[in-house]
This record gives sequence, structure tokens and C-alpha cells, in this order.
Amino acid sequence: MIQIENVKKSYTDEVAIGPLNIEIPKAGLTSLIGPNGAGKSTTLLMIGRLLDLDAGQITVANMDIATSKSKDLAKILTILRQENHFVTRLTVRQLAGFGRFPYSKGRLTQADEDIISKYIDFLDLTALENRYLDELSGGQRQRAYVAMVLCQETEYVLLDEPLNNLDVARSVQMMEHLKYAATEFGRTILTVLHDINFAAKYSDRICAMKHGQIAAFGTVEEIMKPDILTDIFETKIEILQGPYGPIAVY
Amino acid sequence: MSEFTQSNPSPVRASLPRKRRAASAFRTPKEAKHYWILLVTLLLLGLLSTYGLLVYNNPVPVTSPSFVPVVERRMVAIVAMLIAAVCQSLATVSFQSITNNRIITPSLLGFEALYSTIHTSTIFFLGAAAFVNFSGVDSFLYQVAAMVLMCLILYGWLLSGKYGNLQILLLIGIIMGTGLGSVSAFMRRLLAPSEFDLLQTRLFASVNNADAAYFPIAIPIVVVVAFLLLAHARRLNLLAMGKEVSTSLGSRHKAGVIYTLVLVSILMAISTALVGPLTFYGFLVATLTYQAAQTYDHRYVFPMAFAIAFVIITGAYFIMNHVFHAQGVVSIIIELVGGILFLIVVLRRGSL
Amino acid sequence: MVKNVMPQTAGFESIQTRHHSNKLWTWPFIAAIIAIIALGVISLFTGVYDIKGQADGKEMFFTTRVPRTLSLMLTGAAMAMAGLVMQLVTQNRLVEPTTTGTIEWSGLGLLFVYLIFPAPSLLLRMTGAILFSFIGTMLFFLLLRRVKLRSSLIVPIIGMMLGAVISAISTFIGLLFQMTQNIESWYIGSFSNIQIGRYEYLWIIVLVTVLIFICADRLTLAGLGQDVATSLGVNYNRIIFIGTALISLAVGIVAAVIGNLPFLGLIVPNIVSMFRGDDLRSNLPWVCLLGMGTIMACDILSRVLIMPFEIPVSLILGTVGSVVFILILLKQRRSKRTTR
Repeated sequence: MIQIENVKKSYTDEVAIGPLNIEIPKAGLTSLIGPNGAGKSTTLLMIGRLLDLDAGQITVANMDIATSKSKDLAKILTILRQENHFVTRLTVRQLAGFGRFPYSKGRLTQADEDIISKYIDFLDLTALENRYLDELSGGQRQRAYVAMVLCQETEYVLLDEPLNNLDVARSVQMMEHLKYAATEFGRTILTVLHDINFAAKYSDRICAMKHGQIAAFGTVEEIMKPDILTDIFETKIEILQGPYGPIAVY
Repeated sequence: MSEFTQSNPSPVRASLPRKRRAASAFRTPKEAKHYWILLVTLLLLGLLSTYGLLVYNNPVPVTSPSFVPVVERRMVAIVAMLIAAVCQSLATVSFQSITNNRIITPSLLGFEALYSTIHTSTIFFLGAAAFVNFSGVDSFLYQVAAMVLMCLILYGWLLSGKYGNLQILLLIGIIMGTGLGSVSAFMRRLLAPSEFDLLQTRLFASVNNADAAYFPIAIPIVVVVAFLLLAHARRLNLLAMGKEVSTSLGSRHKAGVIYTLVLVSILMAISTALVGPLTFYGFLVATLTYQAAQTYDHRYVFPMAFAIAFVIITGAYFIMNHVFHAQGVVSIIIELVGGILFLIVVLRRGSL
Repeated sequence: MVKNVMPQTAGFESIQTRHHSNKLWTWPFIAAIIAIIALGVISLFTGVYDIKGQADGKEMFFTTRVPRTLSLMLTGAAMAMAGLVMQLVTQNRLVEPTTTGTIEWSGLGLLFVYLIFPAPSLLLRMTGAILFSFIGTMLFFLLLRRVKLRSSLIVPIIGMMLGAVISAISTFIGLLFQMTQNIESWYIGSFSNIQIGRYEYLWIIVLVTVLIFICADRLTLAGLGQDVATSLGVNYNRIIFIGTALISLAVGIVAAVIGNLPFLGLIVPNIVSMFRGDDLRSNLPWVCLLGMGTIMACDILSRVLIMPFEIPVSLILGTVGSVVFILILLKQRRSKRTTR
């Protein structure tokens, strides 16, 4: 369970986030949605300890992220940002191998290698595993990063806009993988999404943010209501019942 | 398997049994083999030119009693080259990894300006006699300590707090360098031409004015720091992936960066104090290293960087001494080549 | 039902900037002009030579003091404007002749002139400096267009490394032909040698200034990139060419007549925009004035600090400038949001 209590973050006098109070239960896929500048990514970064809090407390699986050791947290929590560029040239497998760092400290055992193989196969990267990242397409690279994050075998996985720059087919594929990871591997996945309909189709829960506050939190059915979405996005939104569940139309 | 074949995740399959799958430092065994062949060749080349520098064109025959003193004098220059090679190669590679940028070098952090300020102010305020005397073990330790202390204060201050940012640190380092540079340039202008010449010889990097008296302190420090960096290699692999990824993987990024920077500044300070300022030598070495060692892993990058640094410096001195008979300009030529390589790399890069 | 999502503050701000650009002759501006005139008068009467007491005082006054004060004003305006134009074209606040290698290029140009001609005239040296600064600045702009930048801070870092490459080349050539002390003394800018007959080329700067005023808007557009500029009907390549030519004229002339004047082009436009916001056109007169004021103040300091000797003004500029530069960086770091 991720518990957020009275968390605040202020950038300037006008732009501030919080106080946030929310409990995100264990297991399943939770999506963070909301308009630009609502504070979704900031919230995610704070949970992932990439951004310091100005006030309040965040605990993940009863560990306070501010006081717990980073290497202990790395075994229960991982975060992936939307853009990663590093100058070192890595192959897909080497990148995924870094996901084992919290356990192996860089000395990979056979057990580590088996875990790496498992997730590389799961994400359909088997044939590409010895390719360099800069030789891959955007969708393939994104899956390679997800492979690294899954190799970390943490209970909690935070993803900041994993569908950024992916086309519809690649987005569907990515969400299927994430959904599968949540249900079959028992991960708790928290992801920032821009597309309400992707959130509606694949999430177990949706958390909507607006003006640095949590506007609504609940199951897909509870959030996918015209009045709630219209209010959050300040745009007229209707809900239709499609073959795979509710669809937002705007 | 193409991307298009399926949109549903495949169930987890057993690993393919055909070949051993491992995330090793090299992509293929062939690349690993290339690495080792290249490394050994470079080291042999380095040893060859070292041997050449020691005995080639020795004015006295081997049988003469003065043969050994000549070799000993040349030995000092070789040791200075070795120290410079270790310091510049390890420092530049580590620095580029933690800054996640392969076109900047630690010499940007103002060591040279500080170095030339120390020397210029010595000759300026205390006169030529004191300047010539300012070359004992104490002065060496004092110079190194001053440079490391400045870096510690700078890093500690700039990287702490919520606005910590490596690029600001770099830029401030450069600007401070320029500021100090203008102070020492002014002092230099007021010097008599004879004093200026005296200063000039010390400000140009040269293994020929390396003082053997420093070796008993410099060598142990360099060995210890080099060992610490090698032991730190796996951590560096992670730090090179940037703050966000390495934090998510459980590394205390800021602590790792500051630790690395301190080691880098010790190496740079010693190199600068021993053989004078070098700006693009480290860049030249690091850039060639990334071409030669096709791996991310610092455990393999470091030895290759050292081998390349060693070959470049000994080879350049050997060729310039014995082929062109132009001993004084070796470091300037290395700098020139490094600088031109820098231009080429920057112009060819897609992003900075 | 669609709610009005237009933020209130944006409209308010745009009215503010419009207000700025309409009024130039405000009280602060008049006060600034008076301050500049006062500094000019102080500059005229500062120096070792007793102008009022000596018989030839009046003559000395017109052969050295007046040219010196005039060239200070012209140079200050030139360097500050050059910095501003570079910042406009690159859309980067930390760019100016010292952080792009332009200064080093003009030094290399001077060196080449010294190499080719035994005793070059001022005109020759100027031509060399202008030509090489043009090449260098153009090269830097081309580089910026080619590469994708991850951070605006990397631009001055690369620029200064480029400058280091160029000075490595200069050092090498200087050492080959034994001219290193020549380069050293060139890199130090000073007004102490200015007198009638040695500064007149600086008047070209007035022309450059007028041209910059005329082109200011188009330069701002060019700074938004080739695509935006072209779609707004501006010939991008031509305006970049003109901008670079103007910068090199200013930098090259100053380099040949005075020497290296670091950071002036950086601190002046930044301080102006700190107080007045980013409306560049209406900032131009302010940049000119503050450039003049800064360099006059530094020059007066350079004459009185160790009287009867003089400190080259570039030393004071280098020291003061680097401190101000660092303060600007720290301020920017505080106000800027790195992540969101």
C-alpha cells in the first residue's frame, strides 16, 4: 500500500501541490490522470523519491521513503521516467541486467540471468537482446526500459507516461504487458496516463488530479462519469458504453 | 520476431537452450576478444616506446659508467608520464560518466586557473628567487591541498540542497577559472620578461620540469585513488545512467557523485601540480577509449583508457624527441590534436 | 458548457509589457542618462596628469582624456549590444563573445595578421580580427543549429571549450614563431593607450548600433528558429548573416583597438532584463546605457586603485564579471524549475 499523508510541494508562490492525502491499495494497475500541470508527474516522482517533499510523509509498504535506505527501497519500489538518455551504449540485455543491481550489486549470478531472460522473453525482446538501445525503434526501446524495471522485481512499479511517443498499436501492446504484469506477477503498478480511454480500459483504479489536488479516486466505473471528467478537464466530456467498457467522448 | 506479430503478451517461456544467455560486459565474445587484443597491443606499444625513451639515442655507450645516470634522469620523465597518464585517463572517464556527458573534461573545473594563479602570485609577490625555491615537497602538498579543498567546498555547496545541478557546477567552475585567469594574467603582465619566461616554462605542461622529489608522495596517492576508482567501477556503471535511473536502482546518487568528484579532483590536482595544466589530453584519451572499448563497464574502460593515455604520451615524446627533435612542444601538440578532435566530435554530434 | 480556462495572469502580463515598450522616456531612463553623463565627467577628470594645473592641460585633455572617455562609451555599448544580439539569435541568456569563443577567434585573427605582415597597421589588424570573429561566430551558430540541446547551460560550456581549442591553436602558432607574450598582452584589454588617432575606428560602432536597432525585431524572430522565422516571412539565413556580421564588427573592432573585454556582453543584458523583463526592443537603449556605465565605472576604478599605475580594465571586468555571472547563475538556478 502506498500512503500519502499531507504531502506538499511548492515551486513558486503560484504553483504548489498538495496537501495530498491518499492511500493506493496493493496489487492492480492504478492510473493517474488529469490536465497538464495538475501535478501527476510530480506526485509520481515524490513517491519514487526522485523529488524531495516539502512537507508530509509518504510510505510504501510501511517504509517511509524519506528515511528508508535507498538500496532497501530499490527492492520494493521502482520508477521509470518518460525520457531516459545516457551516453553509455548499452544492449537491451545489459540494460535489463541493471535492474538486478539492488540484489547483485553488479555481479550477476545465474539466478539473476534467468530472471533477466524471463522478462526479456515476456516483453518479446528475445531476438533483440544483444542489440544496442540506439539501434531500436521507440516502442522497442520503451519495452527495454520496462524490462529493466520488471527485472528489479519490486512490488511497486511507477511509470511516468509510458505511452509517450507510442502509436496506438504500440500503446495497446504496452498496456497489455503492464496489465499482465500486474495480474500475473502480482505487481502494484502506478502509471501516469494522458489518454482517459487507455486508463479506463486497463486500470483497476483511477486517480484524477487537478490544480495540484486529488480530485477523485476510485474504480474505473466510479471515475468514468461525465460530470466528474467534465469537471476535472474543464471540457465537455460524455461517457458511452463501448464493447470493452466505458469510453470518454469529447 | 517483429513488433507486429502480436499485441497480447506471450506467456513466459523457458529460456532458449541453444546458447548461454548472459548480460556480460561485451556484446559478443568476439568483441571481448578484440578488447583484450587491443589492450595488450597498446600496453606493449607503450612499453616499447618507454624502452625507446630510456635507451634510444643514449649519448653514452652502455659500457660507460655514466650510462646509468642518464637512464635515471630519463626515468624521472617516464614516471611523470605514467602519473599523468593514470591521472588524466581515470579522471576524465569518471568525470564524463558522472556528468553523463562525453564532451566535457574535469579540466573545466578551474584547476589550471588555480594552478597558474598559485604560481603567478608566487613569482609576483615573492619574486623570482622565491619562485625558484617554491618547488619542495611542502609546496607540492600545499598546491594539491589547495586545489582539492577548493573543489570540495564548491561541490559540497553546489550539489547540496534542492537545486543541486551538475551543469551549474561546471559552469561556475569555468567562470571562476576565467575570473582567476584574469587576475593571474594581469599579474603576469606586470612581470619582467625574464620572470615571465621563468613562469612560462612552469605553466606549460611538461614532464621535463617534473620534480622527482614529489614522487614519494604523489605515487602512493595516485595508486590509492586509482585503486579506489577501480573498486568503485560497478557503482560508476550505475551513476553513468543518470540520477533518476540510479536512484530508482537504489544508489545514493548525490553521494556517489561527490565521492567520484573528490577522487577526480585529487587526480587532477596531482597531475596539474606535477606536469602542469592539460586541457584536451584527457578528452583525447577518453574519446579514443570509447571507440576502442565497446563496453559500458568501467572495469574494462579504465584499463583501456590508461593504456591509450600511456601510449599517446610516451609515443608522442619518443617521436618528437627522436624523430623531429622538437622536445619542448610535445604537450602543446597533444593539446592541439585533442582540441581538434574535440572540434570534430562536437561538429559531428547530433546532440549535446 | 465550456468553461473559460484562459488564465487571468497572462492577459495582465501582456498589457504590462505593452506598457513598457511604449514609453522610453520615463524618469528612470532620464535618471540613467544623467548618471552616465556624470560618470563621463568623472572619467574625463580622473588621471595622473594634472589637467587644470599644467600649462598644456587643455591640450592633454583633448588628446587623451576626451578620446578615452568617448572610446569607453562606444566600446561599452558595442560589447553589451554584441552580447544582446548573440542572446537574441541563440535564445540563450548565457551566450556572449567570451562564452562562444568569438574573442579567441579574433585573437587568432590578430595573430595571423602579425604573422603575414611585419608591422601591420591598425586597419589591417582590425580586418583580421573582424574576419576571424565572423568565421568563429558563424561556426558556433551553425553548430547550435545542427545539434539538439539537452540543456541551455551546456551552450556556454561548449562555447568556452571551443574558445580553449582556438587559444590552443594560437598558443601553438605563437610558440612556433615566438610571439606568446604578444598574445598575452593582447588578451588584456586596456584603454591606457587611447589618444587621438588611435580610437577613431570605434565610431563605426555607432553605425553598428543603429543597424542593431533597425534589425532588433527580425533578430528576435530569427532566434525562434528557421521554421518560425520563415513562416513569418523573414529570410532566416540572411538575418543570421547580418546578425553575425554586426557582432563580428563590434567584437573585431574592439579587439583590435582595445583588447579583450570579458563578460560585458553577458552581465549587462542580464541585469537589464532582471529589472525590466524580456521586452528586448525597449531594453536596447538601456543595454547601451548600462554597457557604457559599467565599463566607465570599471575604467575609473582601474585608474584610481593603484595610482599612479593603471590596472588593465579587463582584469576588473573579468573579476567583477565572473562574480556577477555566478550570481546570475545562482539566481537562475533558484527560480528555475528543473522537473515538474
